Parts: sequence; structure tokens; C-alpha cells
Amino acid sequence: MRHGRYPFIIGFLAAPVAIYVTFVLGPYAQAFYLATTNWRGVSANPEFVGLENFTKLFSDDVFWKAIRHHGLLLLALPLLTIVLALFFAFMLNVGGGSRGGAMAGVRGSRFYRVVFFFPQVLAVVIVGVIFSRVYAPDDSGLLNGALATVGLDPVLFMADPDIALWSIIAVLVWQAVGFYVVLFSAGMSSVPKEIYEAATIDGAGRAAMFFRVTLPLLWDTLQVAWVYLGIAAFDAFAIVQVLSVDQGGPDGATTVLGMEIYRNAFSYSQFGYASAMGVALFFLTITFAALTLRVSKRDTIEL
Amino acid sequence: MTTEIASSAPAAPAGAAGPGRRPASAARRQRSEVGVLTTLGHLALLVWAILVIAPLLWTILASFKSNTEIFLGNPFALPGTFNFDSYARAWSEANVGRYFLNSVFVVTLSTTGTMLLGAMAAYVLARYPFPGNRVIYYLFVSGLAFPVFLALVPLFLVVNNLGLLNTYTGLILVYIAYSLPFTVFFLAAFFKTLPQSVAEAAMMDGASHSRLFFQVMMPMARPALVSIAIFNIIGQWNQYLLPVALMQGEGADRKWVLTQGIASISTSAGYQADWAALFAALTLSILPMILVYALFQRQIQSGLTAGAVK
Repeated sequence: MRHGRYPFIIGFLAAPVAIYVTFVLGPYAQAFYLATTNWRGVSANPEFVGLENFTKLFSDDVFWKAIRHHGLLLLALPLLTIVLALFFAFMLNVGGGSRGGAMAGVRGSRFYRVVFFFPQVLAVVIVGVIFSRVYAPDDSGLLNGALATVGLDPVLFMADPDIALWSIIAVLVWQAVGFYVVLFSAGMSSVPKEIYEAATIDGAGRAAMFFRVTLPLLWDTLQVAWVYLGIAAFDAFAIVQVLSVDQGGPDGATTVLGMEIYRNAFSYSQFGYASAMGVALFFLTITFAALTLRVSKRDTIEL
Repeated sequence: MTTEIASSAPAAPAGAAGPGRRPASAARRQRSEVGVLTTLGHLALLVWAILVIAPLLWTILASFKSNTEIFLGNPFALPGTFNFDSYARAWSEANVGRYFLNSVFVVTLSTTGTMLLGAMAAYVLARYPFPGNRVIYYLFVSGLAFPVFLALVPLFLVVNNLGLLNTYTGLILVYIAYSLPFTVFFLAAFFKTLPQSVAEAAMMDGASHSRLFFQVMMPMARPALVSIAIFNIIGQWNQYLLPVALMQGEGADRKWVLTQGIASISTSAGYQADWAALFAALTLSILPMILVYALFQRQIQSGLTAGAVK
């Protein structure tokens, strides 16, 4: 059993670890260093500039715009997605009432579960391109075409700075809901049916059942969902690049940090500055995850 | 590890509760409440289903229309004639065929690589205690916590320095590297659950460590491997940020993957105005995914949620 153990271990770990360190860990570590340089990729050596990139960042209007957009995304995306997904999951799992003692979903719940999940398997970019046509500013778009048939003026979904970001949020919610329906369904189906039976005997209605039984028992899953969606809110790059006017426009109305990092790195070759944004994004994400897990901490209900 | 936890829930004690035992007033109250709520709920479910299907169906239908129909006709009308010209144009002139095959090529190799290397690392980390085992495991898992954007600039430079910018090799290696954290995390947990007695028996029969892995452990881990493979295929097929950052430079557009290619067609379509071809390109990228999803629906749903519901 001992024979050849270490050669085997090394043989199996060498390639994965080498690839992982080269392309993942190495770059992450370097990002922190690059953030303190003014490197633009042309000079042989990056020059150390301390925290200059960060002072520049904090006085950059576009950076604060992006932060505000992340703030809005952080509130709206999880809230809308979770509320919709919870409601649908409840309908699909418990909404049909009790059948032979077990709680069942409404009729057709299998169909809905499959359909709601569709957008989840499509690339965010493809979804973005589809919606760029759905949101088309004239009657050729699906939405404005629909508005025209009831005699309403076309809405400039992506060109109006007041609603452009909301239009993007709507697409993100559209895509995300299906996944969370499945996630919450998994959580709901693990609730022992005796609990629902007991609640039914006590005369609990649908609403009481939802708020007093389902919601508390799903707390852990909700917490996971909130963290996932929060991280997604820091990540909305592909959709902004494809769907927004002028990549983050109009006039920066939809820009996000990912977009600015990409733009600074690959359009302006400001590698140091882009890395500083990456570091800022990293601390925002970590802070958000730690805060969420801390604030939402509750005693888990053991089943 | 699957999401079908319901079946393992303890069975209800027989006769503990039946509809007949419920107090009559509560039953009546509940019934009327059920009526209203169920109707509203049904309506909401139906509306959402339409909201999901409509843009997809509209895209597919528009791919058969002519440019005039798309621009001047009623957006809800069916195409006058179902012609496949736009597909031919999208496939050859707009290079969607090339992008599609590039994606197939890259994802086939990178998913295979991810599964092989990920399973090897996970297996050793899960079943062979050695000094540094935990350190390596946590290094892998820590990759789940970092935003890819943080690594973007240095990653570009690393790939560039290795001379792998705008090469399939570079893209495939990077796909594998960024898929490892989740793959190792998930498979290590699975390999831990496999019985030690089987491993010992194989060893007694004279199997080497690697033979044990390939001929005993890999087949036993098949369900988990399939779930994670599907997860990786979807993730890598839909990847956009990494190819956009790494496949640039001279002649890069010949090596673009599907997501990249379609994003580019979409931005240039404004000038060329071949909307039917754009819709056809979109359809060509939607249909395979919907098909894969329809076939592996259960594994996909459980695979994607397994990481969260533990």
C-alpha cells in the first residue's frame, strides 16, 4: 500500500497545480502589485507609484458612477429575483394543496420548472444580444412593437439614461429567476411533510404557511441565494458590454466596474489603473459577502 | 448530493392526519383562500412562462423573415415564407459556422482537460493524507472567492508572456484553470464518500495507485463526474470575458468562439443591417443549448444547485 505513494501523489498533482498557479493564483497575486504601479504595458518595467492609482480612482467620476450602479444592482437584483423565485417555488411545490397528506405543486409545475430554467443555460451575451432586439427603439422591437399595437409611443429602453439601467436589471432578473426557483424548490422539498400537515391541522392558510413555515426553514438557502446574486451584481460585465449603448452609456448611465476595468486595460492600456479597480472590486465583493453572512446569521432550525 | 432530498424524508405516521380530521371551519376558510390564491398564482406562473418563451420564440421566428418583414412588418406576424437563406448567410458569410466549430473544439478539449486534471487533483486531495494536503486543497477552493476581473490584467500579461495570446492552447489552459476550483471542491467531497474497502481490495489484488484511480474510482464516481462535466460544458460554452480578453490581435477573428462572434455580429449588424442573419445566428446558438438542456434537464438542475444545497 505504501509503495509508490509519493511519486503517485506528485504525478497526479503536478499538472493541475501548475496550471492553477500559473493562470489563477499568480495573476490574482500580481494584481495587487500591479495596482501600485503606473504600468502601461509598453515600458519594460512597471514603475512603483504607491497609492497614486487609488487616489486617482477616488476622484474619478466614472468610478463613483459605477459604484452607485453596483449599489442599485445590489438592492434590486437580489430582491426582485428572490421574491419572484420564492413565490413561484412555493406555487410549484406547496401551492397545489395537500394531496393524500403530502403537499403538492399546482398543475403543470413540471412544465413551468423546465421552462423557467431555459434562460439559465443561455450565455449572458446571447441573452444580451436577444434583448438588444427586444428593446429596439422602434416598432421592429418586440416591446415597442407591442406598445405600438396598443397605440403607445415607443420607449427608448437603452437610450434613456433614466431607465437604461433598469432595463438591464430586468434582463438579469429574467435570466436568474429560473435557477432560484429550482434552488428554492430543492430547499422546500427537504421540509418534512409532517410540518405542513401539522400546520394544516392547526388551520394555517396558504399565507401563514408560507411566512411561518416555509420561509424560516429556507433561511439558509435564502442566504446562499442573496450572496450569489450579490456577487452577480458586482459582475454584470457581459450584459452591459453587449446591451448598453456605447458600452456603459448613454453617458455612463449603465457602466459597471467590470466594464471600466476592461476598457482601461484593453482600450487605454492603463494596466496599473485597471488593476487598482480590480483590487477595489475585490474588496467590495469580499466585504459584501462577509457582511451578508454576518448580518443574516441566525440559528439554523434543525430538522 | 442530488437535490431529491424529499424521498429520504421520513414517511408520515399512518393516519396521523387526513382531510377528514381537520376542523370544518378551517377547511372551509382554506378552500376559499385556495381558490383565489391558486388562480392568481396560476396566472403569475403563466405570465412568467410567456415572458420567458416570447423573446426566444420571437428570435427564432424572425430568423425566417426577410429584412423588410423584420423592419416594416408587424413584429408579431409569422414569416411570409419560411426560408433558410438567412441561416446559410449566417453560417458562411457571417462566419457563425466557424465560430460554432471553434467553440465545439475549445470546449471539448477544455472540458476533457478540466475533468481529467480536476478528478486527479480531487482524488489525491480527498484520499491521500500527506503534509501540505490541506494547504493545496484550500488554495484550490479559495479560487471560488475571487472575482475574475481582479485577475484580468495580469492574466492577459501572463498569457502574452507565454506566447499563448490568441491561441487555442492558451484559451483552453485558462478555461481549465478557472474551472478547477469548483471541480476540485465538488469532486473531492464526492471521492471522500467512496468506500475504503473497495480501494483496499483492489490494492490486495495488486493494482497500482493509478490503476486503482482509473479502473475502480473513476467508474464509481461516474454520476458526480457527469454532473460536473455538464456544469463545465455549459459554463465554458457560455464564457465571454476570457475569450474577449485573450483572443485578440492579428487574425484573431478567425479563432473567435461563438459568444464572441455573435456579440461582434450584433455590433456590426447596425451597419450591414442583415437582421435576418443576426436572428439566424442567435437561433443557431440558442437551439443547441435548449436541446442539451432538454436531454439532460435533471442532471443540469441538480448539478447547478448541488453546490449550493448541501
